[in-house]
Amino acid sequence: MPAIRTIDCSVIISEVARLCQEANYRLGEDVINSFKKSCETEVSQSGKEILNLLVENAGIAAAESIPMCQDTGVAVVFLELGQDVHIINGDLYEAVNQGVRKGYQEGFLRKSIVGHPLERVNTGDNTPAVIHTKIVPGEQLKITVAPKGGGSENMSALKMLKPAEGVEGVKKFVLDTVKNAGPNPCPPLIIGVGIGGTMEKCAMLAKEALLRPVGEPHPLPDIARLEQELLEKINKLGIGPSGLGGRTTALAVHIEIFGCHIASLPVAVNINCHAARHKSVVI
Amino acid sequence: MTRVRLTTPLTDETAANLRIGQQVLINGVIYTGRDAAHKRLVELLDQGKELPVDLRGQIIYYVGPSPAPPGRVIGSAGPTTAGRMDAYAPRLIEIGLKGMIGKGARSEAVTEAMKKYGAVYFAAVGGAAALISKCIEQAEVVAYPDLGPEAIYKFTVKDFPAIVVNDAFGGDLYQEGRKIYAEE
Repeated sequence: MPAIRTIDCSVIISEVARLCQEANYRLGEDVINSFKKSCETEVSQSGKEILNLLVENAGIAAAESIPMCQDTGVAVVFLELGQDVHIINGDLYEAVNQGVRKGYQEGFLRKSIVGHPLERVNTGDNTPAVIHTKIVPGEQLKITVAPKGGGSENMSALKMLKPAEGVEGVKKFVLDTVKNAGPNPCPPLIIGVGIGGTMEKCAMLAKEALLRPVGEPHPLPDIARLEQELLEKINKLGIGPSGLGGRTTALAVHIEIFGCHIASLPVAVNINCHAARHKSVVI
Repeated sequence: MTRVRLTTPLTDETAANLRIGQQVLINGVIYTGRDAAHKRLVELLDQGKELPVDLRGQIIYYVGPSPAPPGRVIGSAGPTTAGRMDAYAPRLIEIGLKGMIGKGARSEAVTEAMKKYGAVYFAAVGGAAALISKCIEQAEVVAYPDLGPEAIYKFTVKDFPAIVVNDAFGGDLYQEGRKIYAEE
């Protein structure tokens, strides 16, 4: 029998706090390289200028340790907890929230969360975090912090299609969602698409798809082809950087799939702005 | 295209001279406001009360800045989605608001009010918040500090870059831009 490994909550608090700040200050190289690559192919002059500004903005944020975007997001935290790990000295979820509190306070990140969706009073510390947990084999804990901005989250959508609508129905829903979003979610975008599962599983697939390095294709060739086809179609919509017109409306389309009921074909589109932020650690 | 330097408050004439696609550099005082502050402002108007700031000729920047780290006047400060203020904006335009800065499309009710009273909607580059913060030379909360990032700030800005998206004549750069580059 494998030994049980212990992880102290204090480590989780400090790592979550650090990841909140890292994610907000330092945009991934994959995203920055994608800006640069798109700049070479973008035909709109304003589009090129905006892509260059975004590279410059990411540089300033990283060099000066300030957030790349003022919307430092809801703290979405993914935990992959090894089944041979024992969490000690506290409550795991409370430790994550404590880390978010610490990270947002000490890192001068904006507190953007209201405690009650209808009463709408700011909690003042950016909690509660949205925490997703997966139990996996092993004796490690992987923490990913993915701060998600409200502007792009608001333009996301989910639809339960009829199986008869098939792949054409999926394409139409993705394109309609991006078209309807227009300039609002801060293009160029990363589009996370979930296909299959149940309603909530499908939404999770779309969210998880955003964590993949920008432009890395799905391992299944048919899904990778669908990603490419959707990206090309989205970039023909003309929305462009900042929505001012151009061919770079999206940097990537990432699809994740899951088995589903014989009666169902759920599709979820989770739109991410160009501040595609996520940082991970394995403890 | 040459950028036009604007200084607030804006006159009717200045607003009337701006057309979609015009790049501008805004100077002087601008006020911030998001949904929660707008809701309160419109409630005051409904009650016939005076607003905490005189918005005549002014520009509201739709932003909720991140907190200022030590040694800085403000944290990162890029535009938020303007559409969330559409329910309130026509009332403020009616009382003399001349400009709005944000990102994203406006409703017909807002663009109609802009035509009727001569106001302009500018876009700043969404997400370029670290860069934009460099144009903000002074920042102070002038109303609703209890709203935190949604409080009304008075910013003094120098050469704040923006582009006219909706002018006072019904022009819409988002629609025009999309038409040029759409392939289907």
